[in-house]
Amino acid sequence: MFLSMNWIADFVDLTGLDRLDLIHRFSLSTAEVENEILMKGSDLSGVVVAEIKSVEPHPESRKLHLLKVDAGGGTLTDVVCGAPNVRVGMKTAFAKVGARLGEITIAPRPLAGYVSNGMCCSEREIGISDDHSGIMDITDDIPNGTDIKDVYAIDDIVFEVDNKSLTNRPDLWGHYGIAREFAALAGRPLKPIPAADLSAYDSLPKVDMKIEDPLCQRYSCLQVENISVSVSPVNMRIRLFYCGMRAINLLADLTNYLMLEMGQPMHAFDSRKVEKIRIKRFQKPFVFQTLDGVNRNIDENTLMICNGDSPVAIAGIMGGLDSEIVGDTTTLTLESATFDAVSIRKSTVRLAHRTDASMRYEKCLDPEMTVPAIARFVQLLTSIDKGAKVVSSLTDEYAFRYNKVTLDFDKPFVDRYTGIEIGNETIVKTLESLGFEVSLNGDSFKVTVPSWRATKDVTIKADIIEEITRIYGYDNFDVHTSLAPLYPVRPYEEKTVEDKIKDILVKRYSLHELHSYIWVYYDEYKSLGIEIPENIKLVNATNPNIETIRRSIVPTQLVQVRSNVGFAPDFGVFEIGRTVNGVKDDGLCDEHKKLCVTLYSKTKSIETLYFNLSEILCVIASDIKHRDLSFKSVEPVYNYEHPRNLNEIYCNGELLGKMGIVFPSVTKKIDKKANIVFAEIDIPAFASVERAPIVYDEPSKFPGIDIDISFVSDIFAPIGEAIKAAKCSLIKNVQVIDTYSDETGKSITTRLTFSHPEKTLTRDEVMDVVNGIIENLRKSGIELKQ
Amino acid sequence: MREKLEAIRQNAEAELSKITSAEQIENFRVAVLGKKGELTSILKTMGKLSAEERPVIGQLANDVRTFIEDKITEKTNEIKEKETQREIDSMPIFDISAPSDLSRGSYHPITLVQRECERIFKSMGFTVEDYSEVVTDYECFESLNIPKHHPARDMQDTYYLENGQLLKSQTSAAQNAIYKKYKDALINDGVPIKAIFPGRCFRNEATDACHENTFFQMEGVMVDKNISISNLIYFMKTMLSEVFRKDIKVRLRPGFFPFVEPGFELDISCLICGGEGCPSCKHSGWLELCPCGMIHPEVLKAGGIDPEEYTGFAFGLGLTRLAMMKYGVKDIRDLNSGSLKSLSQFTDDE
Repeated sequence: MFLSMNWIADFVDLTGLDRLDLIHRFSLSTAEVENEILMKGSDLSGVVVAEIKSVEPHPESRKLHLLKVDAGGGTLTDVVCGAPNVRVGMKTAFAKVGARLGEITIAPRPLAGYVSNGMCCSEREIGISDDHSGIMDITDDIPNGTDIKDVYAIDDIVFEVDNKSLTNRPDLWGHYGIAREFAALAGRPLKPIPAADLSAYDSLPKVDMKIEDPLCQRYSCLQVENISVSVSPVNMRIRLFYCGMRAINLLADLTNYLMLEMGQPMHAFDSRKVEKIRIKRFQKPFVFQTLDGVNRNIDENTLMICNGDSPVAIAGIMGGLDSEIVGDTTTLTLESATFDAVSIRKSTVRLAHRTDASMRYEKCLDPEMTVPAIARFVQLLTSIDKGAKVVSSLTDEYAFRYNKVTLDFDKPFVDRYTGIEIGNETIVKTLESLGFEVSLNGDSFKVTVPSWRATKDVTIKADIIEEITRIYGYDNFDVHTSLAPLYPVRPYEEKTVEDKIKDILVKRYSLHELHSYIWVYYDEYKSLGIEIPENIKLVNATNPNIETIRRSIVPTQLVQVRSNVGFAPDFGVFEIGRTVNGVKDDGLCDEHKKLCVTLYSKTKSIETLYFNLSEILCVIASDIKHRDLSFKSVEPVYNYEHPRNLNEIYCNGELLGKMGIVFPSVTKKIDKKANIVFAEIDIPAFASVERAPIVYDEPSKFPGIDIDISFVSDIFAPIGEAIKAAKCSLIKNVQVIDTYSDETGKSITTRLTFSHPEKTLTRDEVMDVVNGIIENLRKSGIELKQ
Repeated sequence: MREKLEAIRQNAEAELSKITSAEQIENFRVAVLGKKGELTSILKTMGKLSAEERPVIGQLANDVRTFIEDKITEKTNEIKEKETQREIDSMPIFDISAPSDLSRGSYHPITLVQRECERIFKSMGFTVEDYSEVVTDYECFESLNIPKHHPARDMQDTYYLENGQLLKSQTSAAQNAIYKKYKDALINDGVPIKAIFPGRCFRNEATDACHENTFFQMEGVMVDKNISISNLIYFMKTMLSEVFRKDIKVRLRPGFFPFVEPGFELDISCLICGGEGCPSCKHSGWLELCPCGMIHPEVLKAGGIDPEEYTGFAFGLGLTRLAMMKYGVKDIRDLNSGSLKSLSQFTDDE
């Protein structure tokens, strides 16, 4: 929304104040002002009112005319002009030699053989409208030679406030409300809005009007006739233009002017078309043509203004084409109303049509404003068009009033909230300047919120704090730390675990952390041949490619790996992210936080890569929890999982997740020559594993002894279990030092390191234990390698 | 005999001068001084000498032996030195100017910025919380004083799920749970609530260089008996000065967010020009950084905290935006691109 300082100055005396500084303070205290502040008229000088005394055709050009212009000073000036609307006796805006119009400085200029000593200007050329169809036609009686800036308010400071920053302030949608803020900031009084005395028309007949729907809060109207002026005064048109609106005709301009001034949208109907105003909704949907010529679908939720039973306007949004004021309109009915804000908002969304009026209604306008707006309209109209005549009495139905808000609070409340000292007097003065009624009794305040703030904006005590502090100025705050007591901060295990995992993966294994999206990438999965698992979906995804929420991060990472093929012959990526495993019994999503790791290699064998991954996982477990992992072979669930070497991962009995190899066809689609393995573990499950304590084991001063034994076995697990089962405290380390496969099968050589705290062990002393292990394994069919 | 010994001495000197390796020395030593060596064999014939001659020749023989031994030692050292020199000379001069292989792992830039923020807030006594990404309407809206049909729900286009839950559109969605988690300690033991919660947020909007549907925020709250606007300004200024590692100015402007009252937009003095005005702050000298405010009484109430007794402030920092500012990332989509060309560059915390 654009705001004119001239307009604001109608309502608050800004004499002697730095207007730019006030705008800056407004930005800090009320709503953000956009950076660019327009200094209207600052690039215009030397333009005067001048009369065209004679018009001769240009001998060389059909378009040009030779004019003699009286620009004051007693002599006539020769001017060459190309405008089509030149005529003798016309007054226009004339840029004298030496005048400045933006970048241009006017100098005598030959035009097709004749010198033009100045230029007649269009309204666009002097920046007061976008009309460039001809030169400005001044109808006001102004002496020739008068500087145009002395008669028209061309000099102005115009600033813009983003509508978004006004969403909670219905009172700021017009200049008057903005002026109230400036008055409070400047510490000067706010002037009342000039208004006609509507009681003078009380004896006239009422308009036939009835509210038949609770979505209309208040409806005020009045009939006026005999309007003969069609063009608005120049100053009014300038203001409308500066504020981003186009002048149309006096009536349309007046309704717009009122809206920009008071924030109250108004509408003018042709009284012939609207004799019986009814405000209601319709049971059945229908099509309605608005005054912009568009056919719109109206449903049973949309509030309509009707003439009896036929709709004439969409309430609060836009009038209909049929009831619009036309050339032969003699009597008009002026509407000034308040509608339900939520209903208007929903209707604009349904109709996909937002207007200046609906934007204001959505904000919960002050219902007390409808009648003053009519009084102001009549005052303006009758001052511009002396013949205009009010022909009805004010007809006003106030269906329900706004809730009057009174708030009680005391000085300690203000002190506690602000943390600084703001005196009672300042509090009273600030609130009163904003229109609040304040009574102070000792340290207790009783505040009545004005109607323009009470519709939704100011409802609680904390809102009052904002009013006091924003006008006080946050820049003026004395800032200090809190005196809240200090307590130790407990670390959060899950977070600690995540940080450690990331460090291990990045620092020790040179993996790369990536981020991704929580949903399935439908197209990418398909191109890799990965089936989309059934899962909960988004209901309002704009893109079907991202509709389904993922169950696992693994496919996400496979997609990422494919897009990174070529980055390096070997790389690994990881992410700690979320997945959803459908919906739980309580109806809520079963969300999981998981670590997913994927390794890709063109150089390593699949076995090496697989063991790289298991080592990473084991190091994570051993480093963070001081525990071992165990693995259990499982059947694949998803079609990207290779059925072989798919293992569940356990830590201290807790199932953490699984690791495996990517299914061959999927791997081939990513890279024909690479091996890819993945693992996914549940972070909370891992975090919940109790950390094994570090128990100090004093190193023996005596040499230990290594015993290597080779068993014929495909896997190490039973050997490891047998060693554990021996429960021998002298065994300090167990290590697989070799595996060997030949025609007789696979053998595993394990080195047991024994050591005794108090003596040097001999081979014989440990052989009992070793033989026990061998014996145990033999019982389960595992023999020593011959 | 005397002549023979003298000949051995002279011969040895001549032989040794020709020797070039440790092996040759050893061979020479054995040949001369060894059990069957030249000198040893001569000494074995000493018995044939007369008693007068024997001590004289004996002395002479010993002198010759000592002489040869010294020469051998001398020669050995000489050869060792030569060998050491040879070893030194054989060491090539490496090209240290060649670039090193720097391939190593990387953190996501959000992790780096998040850790930095966590470090600062932890040092000021804040707990670091975590929260789910799928939340309820109550958590994301109702409990934050955003009732149904409130325009604020339009302001953020939220992703809704089939079961009525939604992907959290703001980290504020964790506020209610945080209050409930810590309210007993606050009310019973007087422990102030000081918490931050970084997390992923989602907005249903089209993506471009400046917009992402998935991004990170960090919420912070502090609640106690006398938390004031003055405290809020102090904490924001202090924390942000730490985050940006320079003394920055902050300013508050009124801002409307349903879950705070009063609500503010917080601007910081431009990091590039320091407030003078430059293209990156659109010549205003200020950058709009984060929304903040005094927690709305209804929000405290929904969290089980009496707003008549307690007050608090809340703020929301855009971690994604911070990361982009810090590292000069111009296209927000790079962060979720999964591209190692982009993301492998962030190798460490500072």
